[in-house]
Amino acid sequence: MAMTEQRVSYTLDSSLETIDSAEEKATIIATELGFADDEVMQISMAVREGAVNAVLHGNEYAPDKKVILAFERTGDNLVITIRDQGKGLDLSKIPNPLAPENLLKTSGRGIFLMRSFMDVVEIRPSQTGTELKLIKHVHGTTAGGKEASQ
Amino acid sequence: MSMKVSSRQVDGVTIVDCSGRITLGEGSVILRDTVRDLLSKGNKKIVLNLQDVNYIDSSGIGELVSAFTTTKNQGGELKLLNLTKKVNDLLQITKLYTVFDVKDDEASAVKSFK
Repeated sequence: MAMTEQRVSYTLDSSLETIDSAEEKATIIATELGFADDEVMQISMAVREGAVNAVLHGNEYAPDKKVILAFERTGDNLVITIRDQGKGLDLSKIPNPLAPENLLKTSGRGIFLMRSFMDVVEIRPSQTGTELKLIKHVHGTTAGGKEASQ
Repeated sequence: MSMKVSSRQVDGVTIVDCSGRITLGEGSVILRDTVRDLLSKGNKKIVLNLQDVNYIDSSGIGELVSAFTTTKNQGGELKLLNLTKKVNDLLQITKLYTVFDVKDDEASAVKSFK
């Protein structure tokens, strides 16, 4: 993908392959934008976790439901949107994974990791699906330089 | 790169050398099956050598927790060895570093079992 387009979006199946593909796309785009290696890892991991939620918890692997993944460069931000077509995430049911009683739970860390790695995480559940917005500010001169040259 | 494991015995302790990615799907399943297989054969002193694990996601973290608690529930002990910086950072931010017994050299990991 060329971020010269400023925005690209993909319609993906509800499958494990989509999760790997979303992560891969995020890695390529974040690298193209000049993010540092550790930031690229954070962005790709946040996208992976978002894709996991969309495929597993949102669409529940339903073959007729899609995951819409979009990357957009707006000013100094990389904005990533992941939308599923599920029943809508119940935010009240998301436990704090750092609470002592939850430390040994085998799931429930995805949103926490996204919040740890991204500057902004917005979750908008509705009856027709959940929209997740992940924002990472572009830091440093490399990314800004790349933008200026395009 | 998918997950690969191989096991070896050192002074009654099973060292599981892991490499690749522990993520949702194959990686997590391989780890789960490996630990269950070891426990079913009576190998209850287990060290997961994560030196060559370059990526782990929340499902992989969950699988490590599951391996830890399953082993403990069966009267065994599971420890982690040689974490990469990425995995180390993940265990720190999820506060799991305080749960796992993490070692950075094999000899002391083996010696630490009672």
